[in-house]
Amino acid sequence: MALDSAQRIFVSYIDKSREYYLARGYENPYRWAYHQDAPFAPLAKPLSQSRVALITTAALNQETCRVAAVYGAPTEPPPVALYTDHRSWDKKATHTRDVETFLPLRRLAEFAASGRIGSLSSRFYGVPTDFSQRRTVDEYAPAVLELCRADAVDIALVVPL
Amino acid sequence: MVIGSARDIVEQCGVPRFVFTDFPLGNPCGKPDDVGMQRAIVGIALDLLETASHARTTVQTPFVWDNTGDWREAYMRIAPNPSD
Repeated sequence: MALDSAQRIFVSYIDKSREYYLARGYENPYRWAYHQDAPFAPLAKPLSQSRVALITTAALNQETCRVAAVYGAPTEPPPVALYTDHRSWDKKATHTRDVETFLPLRRLAEFAASGRIGSLSSRFYGVPTDFSQRRTVDEYAPAVLELCRADAVDIALVVPL
Repeated sequence: MVIGSARDIVEQCGVPRFVFTDFPLGNPCGKPDDVGMQRAIVGIALDLLETASHARTTVQTPFVWDNTGDWREAYMRIAPNPSD
């Protein structure tokens, strides 16, 4: 199918999910997070001296996928698989069997080995996705920040599925 | 920093730095088994850490999922008849 440039080419997930659920009778659409201001901090030290961490929305396994809690897990050895079936990625178009496509621990370890970054954090971190922005801001964000600080992380890369 | 593929959701939320790859949701760090692409996307993210000067800076990676773009229409498609 040719792209129709009379329409927005990029998928609007806000529009799409609203229409999808409206067609199923859900008339009260989700109000997505919107902030007029976003935080920003320049690097505190050179990248080559910084410790980098990854934060994922995947779960360690099916048993823990419904647990609404932040977790940390070792980056060495990198996990060969993570549980993602409970997340709304595009299951028709692709798959998540290659963990590096959403949690690139091996790629970051290579950048650490070459000296581009100082080091990879000894743990990666998992966060729940939650319709409650209050829980996200007031519970999960401080919890994952605490884990990052405990591991002396300088830079966090958040990779939602 | 966020590395992701849901551009509108991330930009509407507002984040310090955003690396956007225009792929179906699920592989924001590169296609499965394409180590070169994965390395390039992580490299772009590392570059942005050094170059961004203010919040809400988005960089789009140069990669294309396929030549048809059919995945855009197929995701959450509303069937003409609910029983379809």
